[in-house]
Amino acid sequence: MNRYTMAVLVSNKFGVLNRVTSMFRRRRFNINALTVSETESAQYSRITVIFEGDDIEKQQLVNQLQKLPDVSAIRDLEPETSVSCELMLIKMENKADTRDEIMMAAKAFGAQTVDYTRESMVFQLTADSTKIDEFINLMRDYEILEICRTGSISLEKGATTIRKVTNL
Amino acid sequence: MLLSGADIVIKTLLEQGCNVVFGYPGGQILSVYDSLYKYKDEICHVLSAHEQGAAHAADGYARATGKVGVVLATSGPGATNLVTGIATAHLDSVPMVAITGNVATSQIGYDSFQEIDITGITLPITKHNYFVGDVTELADTIREAFSLAMSGRPGPVLVDIPKDVQMAMCEYTPAPAVVMNEKLPAKDKRLAVAAKCINESEKPYIYFGGGLVSSGAGEELIQLADKIDAPIGCSMMGLSAIPTDHPRFLGMQGMHGKFASSAAMNSADCIISLGTRFNDRVIGERENFNLKAKIVHIDIDASELSKTITAHHNLRGDIKKTLEKLIPLLDEKTHPKWQKEIDALRKKGLEYEDKREGMTPKNILELLNSYIEPDMPVATDVGQHQMWAAQTLKFSKSRKFISSGGLGTMGFGLGAAIGAHVGTGKKTVLITGDGSFGMNLNELVVAVENNVPLVILIMNNGVLGMVRQMQTMYFEKHYSGTVLGRPTDFVKVAEGFGAKGERVSTLDELKTAFDNAFSCDGTYVIDCAVDKDEFVLPVMSAGGCTEEIIVESGEFLK
Repeated sequence: MNRYTMAVLVSNKFGVLNRVTSMFRRRRFNINALTVSETESAQYSRITVIFEGDDIEKQQLVNQLQKLPDVSAIRDLEPETSVSCELMLIKMENKADTRDEIMMAAKAFGAQTVDYTRESMVFQLTADSTKIDEFINLMRDYEILEICRTGSISLEKGATTIRKVTNL
Repeated sequence: MLLSGADIVIKTLLEQGCNVVFGYPGGQILSVYDSLYKYKDEICHVLSAHEQGAAHAADGYARATGKVGVVLATSGPGATNLVTGIATAHLDSVPMVAITGNVATSQIGYDSFQEIDITGITLPITKHNYFVGDVTELADTIREAFSLAMSGRPGPVLVDIPKDVQMAMCEYTPAPAVVMNEKLPAKDKRLAVAAKCINESEKPYIYFGGGLVSSGAGEELIQLADKIDAPIGCSMMGLSAIPTDHPRFLGMQGMHGKFASSAAMNSADCIISLGTRFNDRVIGERENFNLKAKIVHIDIDASELSKTITAHHNLRGDIKKTLEKLIPLLDEKTHPKWQKEIDALRKKGLEYEDKREGMTPKNILELLNSYIEPDMPVATDVGQHQMWAAQTLKFSKSRKFISSGGLGTMGFGLGAAIGAHVGTGKKTVLITGDGSFGMNLNELVVAVENNVPLVILIMNNGVLGMVRQMQTMYFEKHYSGTVLGRPTDFVKVAEGFGAKGERVSTLDELKTAFDNAFSCDGTYVIDCAVDKDEFVLPVMSAGGCTEEIIVESGEFLK
């Protein structure tokens, strides 16, 4: 079982996300995370899919995506040749006996404090997904109130861009 | 030219060379029907009894002609009634454009009367679908729908048009008919390695399916087989692509296929697969499939390559174009030893054939063979009669066997037969069972109203035979829900609908009935008695795993 990151360039139209996720659902692809965002062009949205499977399943995923008329390019992003990051907000309970430890950990991870009240504190962390996982694991020693993650986004290193490919 | 959205629908259909649509009117498609009235000299509308029948008719039209079939329906129940028809076309890769009306855009999302999210419902059963929210996009959307339906691996496309968009006025600029995306052969590099693999083979076997029919590559297939001295078999969807009596053709393979073709594929050392997808009905359990063979898989749809069975050589391309480039790369060969083996399999297969006399399914259909002319489309429904027809009927021209393969839709046949006649103008035959016919026999009104020269052979055994057969074999004869026991008089039904009918129970009577039916200009129903214990044989499991073949029903019926 491998973990793949695929970037998918789709038409920026109503219902396209539904078409993509509907295909994943009915073909039972094992999707770990999925993000959708605007791009440099108003014409396109970019979907980043984190997918677990073997090489044959990955090829099927690419082939099935290519059949969707709204998909205009697909790129398999290798960890060595791409940059990825994710944004997380985490809300912790604010108690006198744990406050300092939490603040120290947040500082060590480079998390920003974006909200602070008597009862709670919210940190924002932008990092790769593994690092975010590590921070969450550390926080499990204390009282986590809420977590919200965006899912990973990725771009290739260097000047290359997601290539336009034609579909049938 | 300033036109209403509805007029633009008809104008763009006419642009595409579409001069017949199947459908059923309703409140939210009224404007399009008004335009049909206006353009009735240029485009003909065939009114069905039920939208499902219209969808099957558009499908049958497309299968018989290779052109895009068009179906119209209103919103809500009109649209949902199309669903089985669209899914049937989707599973068999049939080019179809379904146009549905919907409530006005201002009412969308309010659960208005007869509002349904048909683009949502048909998402997994169409190649693509559109909701047209703006009349300025209407003409290009319909053009794109036609292009998509035909291009690559064909399939159904749905266009949902709200009522206000049909009524809105818009400048219409005529355009030429859309053309299919260019058909490309597989890549040279891949062709070269595939050719090497085929050249090294001692026991090549060609297995084809519906993709070969879509590509129109029957001649190239035979050239290929002649050059490398290979036997040929096909899935049910491939039937009629090459003449049934071609000396290299071993027949349909798979679960109820010919012994020789299934066994030959199982002992081949190289399987050349053309436009087919190694479906479970053909290969049985994946694990038991012939793993010794090298597989060369050619298909226009890349997602079919190595989907079910991992092929050694995956070639994505149009079959005709790919074969045109592949054949010159192949060595001319003879394989006398392999052919001897094939002859032995053929002989063994003949031993398994049903040799009984009297009113057996095989004899009934053999008799029908003597009436079927090369240009006549033959449609079927789904069940035992379908398999008997697939095993027994003889074809000499492509696109003459019209049957629901992938979805296996009972009730498909009558609508499809009507569509096939409308498309070809030829006398058409429908082979059905009492179960399947009962599902959509309301479409008889359409056959009669349009004076369709249609011979309907109901193989009437009073049971849902295919399911009952499985109950006999695997469920200790617990005939749950499969004994019909209906007193339906199909002759009177036919007469009630305005058709002619006749009941037969012997081969002599059947001959007379065929004489009457095939000389009749209109629709003729033959209610033909078949014994309820007749089996579809052979039953093969696991891809021609010949040790497990069942050739007799006797032990099950004890």
